[in-house]
Amino acid sequence: MKSFDRIVSVAAPLPEADVDTDILFPARFLLLPDKTGLGKHLFHERRSQAKFDQSGFVLNSPPFDRAEILVAGPNFGCGSSREQAVWALLDFGIRCVIAPSFGEIFYSNCFKNGALPIILAEEQHGIVLRAAKTGAALGVDLEQQIVNLPSGDVIQFNIDPHRRRAMLLGLDEIGAILTDDINDILDFEQRRRALSPWLHLNKAELSVLLADKEPIDE
Amino acid sequence: MQSLTLYDKIWNAHVVKTYEDGDVLLYIDRHLVQEVSSPQAFASLIESGREMRCPDAHIAVADHAVPTRFRQKQLPDGHAAQQISRLRANAVRFGIPYVPMHDRRHGIVHVIGPELGFTLPGATLVCGDSHTSTHGAFGSIAFGIGSSECECVFATQALRQRKQKSMRVTLNGRLGDGVAVKDIVLALIAKIGTKGGVGHAIEYAGPAIATLSMEARMTLCNMSIEAGSRVGMVAPDETTIDYLNGRPLAPRGAEWDAALAYWKSLPSDRGAVFDREVALDVSRLAPHVSWGTTPEETAPINGFVPDPDVETDPERRARMKRSLEYMNLKPGTRLSDIAIDRVFIGSCTNGRIEDLRAAASVVKGRRIAASVVGMVVPGSAAVKVQAEAEGLDYTFLQAGFEWRDAGCSMCVAMNDDRLVPGERCASTSNRNFEGRQGQGGRTHLMSPAMAAAAAITGRLVDVRSLLA
Repeated sequence: MKSFDRIVSVAAPLPEADVDTDILFPARFLLLPDKTGLGKHLFHERRSQAKFDQSGFVLNSPPFDRAEILVAGPNFGCGSSREQAVWALLDFGIRCVIAPSFGEIFYSNCFKNGALPIILAEEQHGIVLRAAKTGAALGVDLEQQIVNLPSGDVIQFNIDPHRRRAMLLGLDEIGAILTDDINDILDFEQRRRALSPWLHLNKAELSVLLADKEPIDE
Repeated sequence: MQSLTLYDKIWNAHVVKTYEDGDVLLYIDRHLVQEVSSPQAFASLIESGREMRCPDAHIAVADHAVPTRFRQKQLPDGHAAQQISRLRANAVRFGIPYVPMHDRRHGIVHVIGPELGFTLPGATLVCGDSHTSTHGAFGSIAFGIGSSECECVFATQALRQRKQKSMRVTLNGRLGDGVAVKDIVLALIAKIGTKGGVGHAIEYAGPAIATLSMEARMTLCNMSIEAGSRVGMVAPDETTIDYLNGRPLAPRGAEWDAALAYWKSLPSDRGAVFDREVALDVSRLAPHVSWGTTPEETAPINGFVPDPDVETDPERRARMKRSLEYMNLKPGTRLSDIAIDRVFIGSCTNGRIEDLRAAASVVKGRRIAASVVGMVVPGSAAVKVQAEAEGLDYTFLQAGFEWRDAGCSMCVAMNDDRLVPGERCASTSNRNFEGRQGQGGRTHLMSPAMAAAAAITGRLVDVRSLLA
């Protein structure tokens, strides 16, 4: 995973509530098989509509088209579990989202990819949002867990210590489990076989699935 | 002894280890793998040179991108065909069971998991799909994950997790005629909001639960994520056991007896304390429809499109204004005056046999309105076969509906089943998000009976007015 230390950037204000992952990354682009190059479809409908009717959308409008920080509304990233929403944000250049609350799966997906989701209480969020709207640069420092405002003020935030460390060091969670916990997993599996053998499926049982399968190319 | 909840008991039984900060490495018994969230996870597994830890704990099936008609034809070359063949190739490469599109066991992951007996009480089950909460209807901890977590399950069969808080939703009373479990869950989401369940594992309990079929319980748990909760559960009981008995992958013989004894120990203890309690009396509930672009923007069908100007909370007011603009609705409009263009009956929320029966009973002997295009998409091949055995296909076709093959279809609009901009759809699916059923499409969520009634009248309507 890419590490995250600190960034200084303009912050795009998008204080709308309940921006779901379908808005972030419409489903028809989920047919694209890769993680990379998805930024052009981020907020696809909003951005293309704004180009069409020239109504303006924050991420189309300088200086926010180069923002690395998004100041969003409550329940940001609710809905579908699609990790493409995070990959698209990152590919677009946004590495940090600040919101009063997040959809849970999106929140978790951010940490797997080196994107930082920051939860701020309403009052602090309001201060950051107002600062973002000025178009001045904000700083986000994960080590110190602070947002630096143009006024010189700082806003404190909290990230779970394990996740913070993993982000700062760019740790590989799967690698860590395989290195540190594999014996615990083996022990657990033995216990499970003894206590609840019905949870263990084997090839013979699964072969009922594969029986009488028609040979059709897909 | 400490009183435990259903969630506590299953959680405790799956703790591989507890880390210093209180996080837990949670063992995952079952993983459903679909074509949209898996390719990047497989690619990363290959790239890192890691092995599939336990191939027999997964079942792969393509459901999101599959066409629901003209299946006998070769799929045209394109992203969908590539995505499906890629899933098959990955399944073969890693030795995990794959259910092909033409197989009699094919269907939406959340429909076939239970049908196969892959979903069991007391198990942990994940899938790279937020509606994995569906499987909690069996008394399992089931939740949606992202692609990175799919890869973690492939490689380790475990996930580092923090335990959720608990919320009990107690359903009292008895549903009236023409009112369905979809109405309960829409009313619940309207009450607690789309972030009302964030951070909580919901257990649905109370007298109304005992009367619900497994299909209905799945609808209820399915929609938990729309209230913000990754986990929705119902304790296993005789209804659960009757459903599972004899399923292809359910335990047999002595293992079945042992499993049964364990499952009976799972319901929450009498004195169990929940972090949050919500109660809902369902006996006076009217059928509900959504009017906005989030599932909480829902009202009884005998109501009106609300007026943002009387909303005191500025955030909600802004939200409502945006929703009404997208939905092209004026405040004060009677919900039953809203004309529709399309009807979609299907999805992992409402694509099961009971849902099709409920819709067919409304449709029987009637024609859908001339202005409406309606489609019925069974949740699985097995549901389709059963419906055809009961003659439901005939009822739908006679009424003017299209009768399709199984898949996610117009709930996620990744295949050709899509609304065109401006079209308005009465839908039994789970999300009325902007563009969810196709770019610029407008979705009204409702129960299968309500969607069927809308098809007949060409507008949103109280299905009870059509019942004899």
